[in-house]
Amino acid sequence: MSDPLPSDAGRPKAPRWAIWLPLVLFVGFVALVMIGLYRPADRTVASALVGKPMPAFTLPAALPDRPGLAGANIANGRPHLVNIFASWCIPCRVEAPQLGALARAGVPIVGISVRDSAEDLRGFLKENGDPYQRIGADDDGKVQLALGSSGVPETYVIDGKGVIRYQHIGEIRPEHVPMILEKLKEAGR
Amino acid sequence: MIAELGLAALWLAAALAGLQLVAGALALTPRGATLAGIVRPVAAVQGALALIAFACLVAVFATTDLSVKLVAMNSHSLKPLIFKIAGTWGNHEGSMLLWVTVMGVAGGFVALIEKRLPEPMLLATLAGQAFVSLGFYAFLLIASNPFERLFPVPEEGNGLNPLLQDLGLAFHPPTLYLGYVGLSVAFSFAIGALVTRQVGPAFARAMRPWVLGAWIFLTVGITAGSYWAYYELGWGGWWFWDPVENASLMPWLAATALLHSVSVLAARDALRAWTVMLGVVAFSMSMIGTFLVRSGILTSVHAFAVDPERGSFILALLAINIGGALTLFALRAGTVTEGERFAPVSREGALVFNNVMLSAILGIVLFGTLYPLVAEAMGAKVSVGPPYFNPMGALFAVPMLVVLAVGPMLRWRRDSFGRIGKTLVIPAMLVAAGMIAMVAIGGVGVLPTLGFALALGLGWASVLPLKDRNLRRTPLPIWGMVIAHFGIAVSLFGMSCESAFSVEKLVAVKLGEVTAVGPWQVKLDAVEPMAGPNWTALEARLLVRYGDHGKVVQIDPQSRSFWAPPQQTSESALLTRWNGQLYAVLGGEADAKNGASRWQLRLWWKPFVTLIWLGGLLIALGGVLALVGRVASDLRRIFARDKIAYRRVRMAQLDSGQEGERP
Repeated sequence: MSDPLPSDAGRPKAPRWAIWLPLVLFVGFVALVMIGLYRPADRTVASALVGKPMPAFTLPAALPDRPGLAGANIANGRPHLVNIFASWCIPCRVEAPQLGALARAGVPIVGISVRDSAEDLRGFLKENGDPYQRIGADDDGKVQLALGSSGVPETYVIDGKGVIRYQHIGEIRPEHVPMILEKLKEAGR
Repeated sequence: MIAELGLAALWLAAALAGLQLVAGALALTPRGATLAGIVRPVAAVQGALALIAFACLVAVFATTDLSVKLVAMNSHSLKPLIFKIAGTWGNHEGSMLLWVTVMGVAGGFVALIEKRLPEPMLLATLAGQAFVSLGFYAFLLIASNPFERLFPVPEEGNGLNPLLQDLGLAFHPPTLYLGYVGLSVAFSFAIGALVTRQVGPAFARAMRPWVLGAWIFLTVGITAGSYWAYYELGWGGWWFWDPVENASLMPWLAATALLHSVSVLAARDALRAWTVMLGVVAFSMSMIGTFLVRSGILTSVHAFAVDPERGSFILALLAINIGGALTLFALRAGTVTEGERFAPVSREGALVFNNVMLSAILGIVLFGTLYPLVAEAMGAKVSVGPPYFNPMGALFAVPMLVVLAVGPMLRWRRDSFGRIGKTLVIPAMLVAAGMIAMVAIGGVGVLPTLGFALALGLGWASVLPLKDRNLRRTPLPIWGMVIAHFGIAVSLFGMSCESAFSVEKLVAVKLGEVTAVGPWQVKLDAVEPMAGPNWTALEARLLVRYGDHGKVVQIDPQSRSFWAPPQQTSESALLTRWNGQLYAVLGGEADAKNGASRWQLRLWWKPFVTLIWLGGLLIALGGVLALVGRVASDLRRIFARDKIAYRRVRMAQLDSGQEGERP
């Protein structure tokens, strides 16, 4: 009734080692996530957004006496530094003098304060200096994520058209300042 | 009181799961055979107890019993009742309880109704199910007790993430869970078949409804989740290749492959080892997905309660269950005899091809999701996004879609392209026409062009299996296949049009000002404050008109502020036409210039975007039809068998009766 098929047809005959392959891959997966899980790593993600326009956002004012922050404020023809920070973040204290120096050098700096309260923020600025022209409150970290940042502090160099030119992950140390100024100069061209 | 009752039920259920495992395993040995009788009842009672525990948790959430820590952490007395109830599974502990409940109930269901399988295989299946459940019970009872009390009792709860106060999202996670857990049943069946070395059509037929059911829930869950992300997050996109989204996509891909290979096994007794393998892989993907989401090992836009300790626990469960299953597979797969043969050009051949393509896409998604971890282990930081996923996925999706159009028309076992060549002329012409049209329009990317053209061809080809059939006598599973495949074409059409023709605009407008986006005229009429049960909002009144002579319609996007916990969300406003959606988001107040304040508006015109989700629902509908068809024919078979058995008994009685009357 049924005609015979060629003997090699439809027989994806797997070699013996192939049977063990899923297990080997799985063990690899477990090893990988073990490393990821137990290694104390800061989980920042490099922004894929460098060279792209900043995502549009609007943040309410973090302090009553200072304006909040919207994308339009930054894309106003001049290069800006956007600093993502929080009063509860220790490295932010470390980078505060460098931000202060940059602000005194005439660099417009705007802040995005992440998950913070007005009192804590005020205390932080009093203690560590206040380089910010505007501070937007990002209470749920949404803008932070939209910018491709996953930790504090992070700092972005944004050119006058609102395009992200550089992302600095972690605190700005004294030796970084010339490099940041250079990036700002490039962005201003 | 209710909380203690729930906890007691949970402990009892865990104990019964242990009993089910031990009895099921021992019953497979000659000396423990007397235990076989208790396995089914134990499985049923275990399911019932888990259900009671879950009902207790729902009850404490519904009454906002703040002395229960979980309620205090995640609920609030001001919340509407429906969201209080949804809050039960909107957190880690509750969702894990939901997981074991669904698993327990599914296991009980298998125990009560599955009568076709050889008994040893069913016992092994139930023991496997108990083994997986036991891990989750341990997880709940040791590391995340949902019924823990809190003292002193707080005055008010901590609220629930306002993003989650949305009907769509209230039912999105449980839908996915039903899918994940349905795959656990398929997994247990695979274990049962491997342990008893009986991989064959009977196993495939028993497993198939569970795979289909799980797959339907996953399809609906992913579709709903995508739509939720689209209108709730206010970013205008519908798929972000976010780790959490990938975590739901990977089980779906595996389940889709499994669904097709299990059909081959049931109908043709081929692909034995492959089907078992996919049964293990599909559930592995569910667990890996859960692990990735819960452990916080990957950065995601989805905020879950992230806890490395929990991550370790799930990882341990994962390693034991999946590692064990894969070891068993490796040891036993060699002894699984080969199935029926088939020629490369045949229905089986096409299904194998698509299985391989689906697995390849699965591999790509898995690799892309894990790559940041690989890179981190080597000291680099990367994020993987659409530039990787889209072209790499398409590399395998495009051949798969071509075969998807052709495959259903091929015959089982062996066929030739010559036989079906003529019917494919029209779809091929549609593909060509689609390509030409997109190139003529110009400026459209490669992927949308391919997608658009393939959608047209597939849309036509997908209904061809109905040709020359009496539509009223066509079996439901065939209808299911046709509708699901057509749904893929519809969805693909929506995706291509959305990415090719969307128009986006970000503007700051004064009251009364008119702006245009695509074919729409949008006028900002007013911005007014609004108040809801636990939020306040600014609501914009937009008057919009399609074209120059369209009717003026009002839409109202909101910018909402919740106060418990304080958080802002934007409620986008959508206006759906047959040919697409207008999508509006209200931003904040921009700088006031010249006294008149300006408002930020983000507007999109997305042609045919709704077809993406409509297609998803069609795919699920196809699954439902297939499931109904399969279950109905199974039931018919059972009834027929009972009837025959009854007749035999009656005949025997009559015969003996006649004998008795004889003097």
